[in-house]
Amino acid sequence: MFAGLEGKKALVTGASRGIGRAIAIALAEAGADVAINYSGSEQAAAETAEAVRELGRKAIIIKANVGLAAEFEDMVKQVVEQLGAIDILVNNAGITRDNLIMRMKEEEFDQVIETNLKGVFNGIKAVTRPMMKQRSGKIINISSVVGVLGNPGQANYVAAKAGVIGLTKASARELAARNITVNCVAPGFIQTDMTDKLPDDMKQSLAGQIPLAKLGEAADIANAVRFLASDAASYMTGQTIHVDGGMYM
Amino acid sequence: MSDVLERVTSIIVDRLGVDAEKVTLEASFKEDLNADSLDVVELIMELEDEFNLEISDEDAEKITTVGEVVNYIQSHT
Repeated sequence: MFAGLEGKKALVTGASRGIGRAIAIALAEAGADVAINYSGSEQAAAETAEAVRELGRKAIIIKANVGLAAEFEDMVKQVVEQLGAIDILVNNAGITRDNLIMRMKEEEFDQVIETNLKGVFNGIKAVTRPMMKQRSGKIINISSVVGVLGNPGQANYVAAKAGVIGLTKASARELAARNITVNCVAPGFIQTDMTDKLPDDMKQSLAGQIPLAKLGEAADIANAVRFLASDAASYMTGQTIHVDGGMYM
Repeated sequence: MSDVLERVTSIIVDRLGVDAEKVTLEASFKEDLNADSLDVVELIMELEDEFNLEISDEDAEKITTVGEVVNYIQSHT
C-alpha cells in the first residue's frame, strides 16, 4: 500500500512519547533511519530509539527546544552528521497550557506559540538548506482538529495549530520549485498523555462530536505521516489531511 | 580575480542556465540573469561551498550583481 522509505533519514520532533513516538516507529517500519528529538524525558526518548533499533534501523536521540532557532539549527546539523542526510522532517513537538482567555497569562500564550508555531517555522528554516541542496525533501507538520474547529479554553493552542496550517501552505509554495513538499496532518482526539490531561467534561463533549464515535490511536496519525513522507504522496503539497474520526468535514 | 570570476561564472551558468557571456561583473542576478530570489539564495549556498566560506544573511541580502559576489569572495578568502 505504501511506497517504502528505505535509506531515508528522518527527524521527528517531540518523539519520546505519544503521537511522535508512533510516527518515529512507523517511519522506521517503512525503512527509515530516525532521529528522535525530545525536550524532557531522555528515558522515554531512549525507549523510542530502542523500538526503532529493534526494527533494524538506526536511531539517535537529540535533546533540543524546538522553540529556539539555534537549538533546532544545531539539531539538524547533528542529524546530517550522524545519519548522513535529512530527507524527512516531522514537526510534531507540541505543548498545551489551557486556560480561559480571561485567565490566560501572557506567558501561557507565548510558550504555546513559541513551541507549537515558531518551533515549526524553526524546523522548516533549518532543513531548507540541506533539502534544497539535495533537491528533495518531505516536511510534515502536525496541526490539530481544533486548529480548524476552535476549542474553548485553548485560545493559544488553537491559534498556533491554525497557524501551522497557514505556515504549511506558505512554505509549500515557496519550496515547491525545489522539489520539497510541505504537508500537514490534523489529528482529532487521540489517546495520549496530552489528551488524558483534559477534564472529563471536555472529553465527554468532544467524544460526542466524533462521527466514528471513538478516540483515535497514535498509529492512525502515524499512518498518514508515513504516507506523506513517501513517494506515494509526491504530487501533494500544501495539504492538510484530517485524521479525526470525521470531526471536521 | 580571474580565477574567482571563472569559478563563479561556471556555477552561475550551471545553476541559472544562462550563457557564459551574459555573466559580466555588472550583470544583476535578478534583472540580467533571470534569477528569482530563491535562485539567488541557492546560488549563494553553492558559492559558500565552492569557496569554503560563510556569507551571513545580512551580507547576502546586499549582493545583487556578479561583481559584488566576486568582490565579497575575494575580500573574505
